[in-house]
Amino acid sequence: MTATDRREFLSHTGKFLLLTGTAAAALEHVLAGSAEAAPGYAETAHWWGMIIDVEKCIGCGNCVRACKEENDVPREPYYFRTWVERYHVESGDLAHPQVDSPNGGYDGFPERYAALAAAGKTFFVPKLCNHCVDSPCEQVCPVGATFRSPDGVVMVDRKYCLGCRYCVQACPYGCRFIDPRTHVVDKCDLCYHRITKGLTTACCEACPTGARTLVDLKDPKDPVHEFLRTRTIQVLKPQMATNPKVFYAGLDGSVR
Amino acid sequence: MAGTDTPPPAAGPRTFRDAEHLFRVAALFLAVVVLFFVAQRLFVPKGFGTLGHYRPGALADNRDRPSAFGGRAACEQCHADAVEAKRKGKHAGPACEACHGPLAAHAADPSIKPGRPDARTLCLKCHAALVGRPAKFPQVKPAEHVPEGASCLDCHVAHDPAMGGSK
Repeated sequence: MTATDRREFLSHTGKFLLLTGTAAAALEHVLAGSAEAAPGYAETAHWWGMIIDVEKCIGCGNCVRACKEENDVPREPYYFRTWVERYHVESGDLAHPQVDSPNGGYDGFPERYAALAAAGKTFFVPKLCNHCVDSPCEQVCPVGATFRSPDGVVMVDRKYCLGCRYCVQACPYGCRFIDPRTHVVDKCDLCYHRITKGLTTACCEACPTGARTLVDLKDPKDPVHEFLRTRTIQVLKPQMATNPKVFYAGLDGSVR
Repeated sequence: MAGTDTPPPAAGPRTFRDAEHLFRVAALFLAVVVLFFVAQRLFVPKGFGTLGHYRPGALADNRDRPSAFGGRAACEQCHADAVEAKRKGKHAGPACEACHGPLAAHAADPSIKPGRPDARTLCLKCHAALVGRPAKFPQVKPAEHVPEGASCLDCHVAHDPAMGGSK
């Protein structure tokens, strides 16, 4: 039986030492946990989400335009932090809805189902980042550039993002895009620059029917609690177990 | 030990006879450990991990962006007449900037005068008949409802649009 030779010994021990160092550093991060001081805004006092009343959405596209304006989203199609989808479901055929979203609803919706109106139902579904509590995008980011803030907003560290696109693939809701100008990822951050100053998001500000409302689940006076208690609530893709904080009322079973 | 003249004791335990190898390896390990911490100091951003697996400065970066929309409260500080006109009407719900567009610049500096939205284009974004809109939502067929070239404002008041509104 041959003894361990010098090369093998060095290799094994080197790996052992390196990994011990990494584990020690990780433990240090896990043990620390105090929140960073932010003047005038207590991150731990909020838990942001959104409620969407599908039956109030008129498909005007105001939210899409407002979002692009507020957050400097590229105006070309296919770059959206929020967008609106139109569903048309032939009566009872939940498995095969016809879905369209021309330019994300930015220009509104051209009439398409006028002849089919009697044969099924048509409705609009606003979509955005679901700010999942167990977000897949956050878990796959190799550098910690996507994370959930202490107040429950899934956001991107644009200075630190590598642009590797793992998170774009991981998001089951298709809520992320690579900004063609900066080559790093971008997505809805619930207008973090607004909600931390006491304003609502640009999309909620612009929505004329109140179909979407920013909510603070940690605020006991927020209307979200009555909404969740009294309405029939669904989240998108509950089977993904992502624990979203965007709650839909009146969501049809055909919506993906 | 290497470099000594006396030979090692022949009868004694031979455990440390080649200890030089161990010292060399130990020095190498030490160098690797030092290298690791130097690299960590160089490459890991300041404060990384204090709140979670991310750079806490990113929160401030995302907070410190300019706004395009000033918010309803900012508008209502000056435009009490519009608030009053809207209050009881059917347009009490929509915020000012839902129709007037993003006006944070105007709120910060009132000498910047915003343009007036084109009524026909704007109104029809929401009120043109479209399959899929909730049945209760007021919708018109533009070709039948508005004569070509006419403006919605010829008959309706934007802030209180029901016919025979308060103003």
